[in-house]
Amino acid sequence: MDDVALRALVPHVLSVLVRRGADFATAEDAVQEALIRALRTWPDDPPRDPEGWLVTVAWRAFLDMARSESARRDRELRVEVDPPPGEVSALDDTLHLYFLCAHPDLTPSSAVALTLRAVGGLTTRQIAEAYLVPEATMAQRISRAKRTVAAAGVERPGDVRTVMRVLYLVFNEGYSGDVDLAAEAIRLTRQLASQADDPEADGLLALMLLHHARRASRTSPDGALVPLAEQDRSRWDTATIAEGVAILQAALARDRLGEYQCQAAIAALHADAPRFDDTDWVQIVEWYDELLRVADTPVVRLNRAVAVGEADGAPAGLAALATVDEGVPRHTAVAAHLHERNGDLELAARLYADAARSAPNLAERDHQTRQAARVNQLLRESG
Amino acid sequence: MAKYLLLKHYQGAPEPVNCIPMSEWTPQEVSDHIRFMQDFGARLEETGELVDAQGLAPEGRWVTAGADGQPITDGPFAETKDLIAGWMIVDVDSEERAYQLAAELSRAPGAGGEPIHEWLEVRAFMEAPPTIEG
Repeated sequence: MDDVALRALVPHVLSVLVRRGADFATAEDAVQEALIRALRTWPDDPPRDPEGWLVTVAWRAFLDMARSESARRDRELRVEVDPPPGEVSALDDTLHLYFLCAHPDLTPSSAVALTLRAVGGLTTRQIAEAYLVPEATMAQRISRAKRTVAAAGVERPGDVRTVMRVLYLVFNEGYSGDVDLAAEAIRLTRQLASQADDPEADGLLALMLLHHARRASRTSPDGALVPLAEQDRSRWDTATIAEGVAILQAALARDRLGEYQCQAAIAALHADAPRFDDTDWVQIVEWYDELLRVADTPVVRLNRAVAVGEADGAPAGLAALATVDEGVPRHTAVAAHLHERNGDLELAARLYADAARSAPNLAERDHQTRQAARVNQLLRESG
Repeated sequence: MAKYLLLKHYQGAPEPVNCIPMSEWTPQEVSDHIRFMQDFGARLEETGELVDAQGLAPEGRWVTAGADGQPITDGPFAETKDLIAGWMIVDVDSEERAYQLAAELSRAPGAGGEPIHEWLEVRAFMEAPPTIEG
């Protein structure tokens, strides 16, 4: 059994413990302990019934934890050793776990950490490595999140919106570290979409798949960012694109449009173009207009200005840009690009250099620095 | 979810309210200050926000490569304008939270047990580019 298959069992094992009467926070610790033991012993000694093994070991760990906790409190054993018969709940437990981990009282980083551990079945160490923080800090973040959930009451969990927001954050974290967070986000969103009756969950899954399909072409071998126009489209994963498009089409047919479906539609139009010059920018602008109706944010307006520049020419793009809040990240980079296309190379070179200085990440800074250098070289050669 | 560096300066920061140098405090005031810093770090670990906390030796040297590629050192220079004392790295949900933590750190007790109101420099880390670019 591979690591991913093992982790897929985690939410169900946790649900079994909670159904037997264990409190969420302790049960979650117990499942984590069983998981760590499984990762250690299964390679040499695989169990015949992996899920049964996990339930048994996690339940014993729970009893030990509950006993030592209660011994510490009043030196009396209060917990029944025999598990009460596991009732089969009609409620969907895994979905409930998702909602609990995306509790509205949690900060985004806490909700992300708790979701990756309790639903994703990652170890604290793996989550800490993925987010580049010490393991002790991540352990505290997770137990604090569980205390928050317990204090707020498990009866008022988040909903499918808050869960989608958390999974979007996980996906967007990128590909750094040992654990592939993008793949993990796709796995969890797939699970969510199969259980939540919401076309936006399908839209989010489609969006992730369509971006994931371009992964290999997004960076050059030396790690530099490759813009969409220059990506080697033969390296796009056509099977994943086809899957994303099919999921999106089924979601759109249900006629309950939302921001993830709009974003996925834009990604699908990019994926559909064999060459950059074949891109259907007019339709992309129309989807940005739809997106603005459901989620009017400066980032959406900025990206719309880029699309308008492609569809109707640089002057139209600059006019669209004039209505966008200048404080939004990458505003200067977009301005530089549009001015270059408009033929104003000197202004473009200056703006590219400004964009490099205000870039929010290293790949973007390096990319904008190269752009500035390229345009300055053009200017020297022509002057 | 972004990392920030909270930089503490020996020299080069604007002057704090309580600016009596540490060497002129009472030993108890020095101990109280150090205890505050330790407690602050421990509390940040508890909130799941601490990434790192380090102090630097005040004296540094400038190093360059000579013609043969071997290091050539210069300094230390007493007149250096900007001198970093140490840092904390935090992983927080917002820029506001990073400022809030810097403000708490700024109120570390100094002479007379009064808050120093030291100026801290807060700098955002460059992180990985987002997967969904637009």
